[in-house]
Amino acid sequence: MTIDRLLEGLKAWDPRAIGRAISLVENGDESAQELLSALDEDLIARATILGITGPPGAGKSTLTNGIISQLRGSHKRIGIIAIDPSSPISGGAILGDRIRMMQHATDKDVVMRSMATRGRLGGLCATAGAAVRIMASCGCSPIIIETVGVGQSEMDIIRLADITLLVLAPGLGDDIQAMKAGLLEVADILVVNKADCKGADILAMDLEAVTRKGSGTPTQVSMTVATESKGIAELLERIDKVDKEHRDSGERQKRRRGAHDQEVLDWCLEMLRPKLLAEITRRNLPLPGDPRLKAKKILEEQ
Amino acid sequence: MTDKTKKNRVLVGKPGLDGHDRGAKFIAHALRDAGFEVVYTGIRRSPEEIAAAAIQEDVDAVGLSSLSGAHMRLFPAVVEALAKAGAPEIPVLGGGVIPDEDIVALKAAGIVEIFTPGTPVDKIINAFKDACEKKSGG
Repeated sequence: MTIDRLLEGLKAWDPRAIGRAISLVENGDESAQELLSALDEDLIARATILGITGPPGAGKSTLTNGIISQLRGSHKRIGIIAIDPSSPISGGAILGDRIRMMQHATDKDVVMRSMATRGRLGGLCATAGAAVRIMASCGCSPIIIETVGVGQSEMDIIRLADITLLVLAPGLGDDIQAMKAGLLEVADILVVNKADCKGADILAMDLEAVTRKGSGTPTQVSMTVATESKGIAELLERIDKVDKEHRDSGERQKRRRGAHDQEVLDWCLEMLRPKLLAEITRRNLPLPGDPRLKAKKILEEQ
Repeated sequence: MTDKTKKNRVLVGKPGLDGHDRGAKFIAHALRDAGFEVVYTGIRRSPEEIAAAAIQEDVDAVGLSSLSGAHMRLFPAVVEALAKAGAPEIPVLGGGVIPDEDIVALKAAGIVEIFTPGTPVDKIINAFKDACEKKSGG
């Protein structure tokens, strides 16, 4: 497919063109540059980017499926980017988030892409931002990004998304402890999924207590049973409310700016990495000595 | 852009009502360990769902598993669904409990390769590699 045909396809909402465009970017193809500079910036600016994160097994995919069903009731065109980890050994990946969302597979207004982290550690893949822009440029809003199952510090999603949901479930052990100093503080909306299971109320109370410490206003926790679509309508109302607040207060613009600058920085580092590694290898530095000082020296001499 | 990082992407799924997914999961794992990105769509999918997913995910090949005897109907149906959705070039490979006489007919219907129980896993991986490369080159 030529780039012109591809761009036409994106405008015409051709799922093949969307899939192909994301592949070009993901694979670092040279033609991706032309494609990315021809996207519809107005639509990108307007779209809502919703992040869904949480530990493995909390119900992120099932909740995403419930959100899609609810949103499709209001005829929105939705993009989903679901990220799963790459194997550090083989580089391969099992991308299994689709299993929970197959009921929407043949819905023409739902387009989904599974992506592997390909070595990235922050819970997303390096090209997630570009994939979001491609989908937004085709008229998707919202675009839902489901991260890999996270632990404490995978916080890339907070930057990329306009609004981030942290999904937790009772019975996952010490996750709360682990996340106290991390995601809990920065997520916009906390969700206790599997709210029909034992321990859900206690978990919600714990969460409210933890978040109250940081700010004056306690974070309200949303309760859902994603498998039965319970609590999803209420959750969406909350998302809308937060979205509106963010748009009115300028928070959304502030975040987009931060996300933009950070992504540019990430790509700078990504592009420098191979050159620097080659230089380090070439110098065959002696093992003794502080790596930080060596790094400084190399950079000064570049 | 950084260096090219093309990976083989394949979809593994089970069409029809057959729920025996051990084989499909085994193949998905083996492909992952061979460096493939495997979109796994699970059991009980319609040919149209599999075709739509394959297109959105821009996979290089589709692997189907069937152990219920419905392969003669379902495997060609996936090939047709892909063609109908505008992606006839995505190769389809299949595996399962499939009699020899059916293999000839399935290949005639456009299935690239058919694997039966006892096929060495390396052979299957290589067939997927070939299919992916052929598709990317074309």
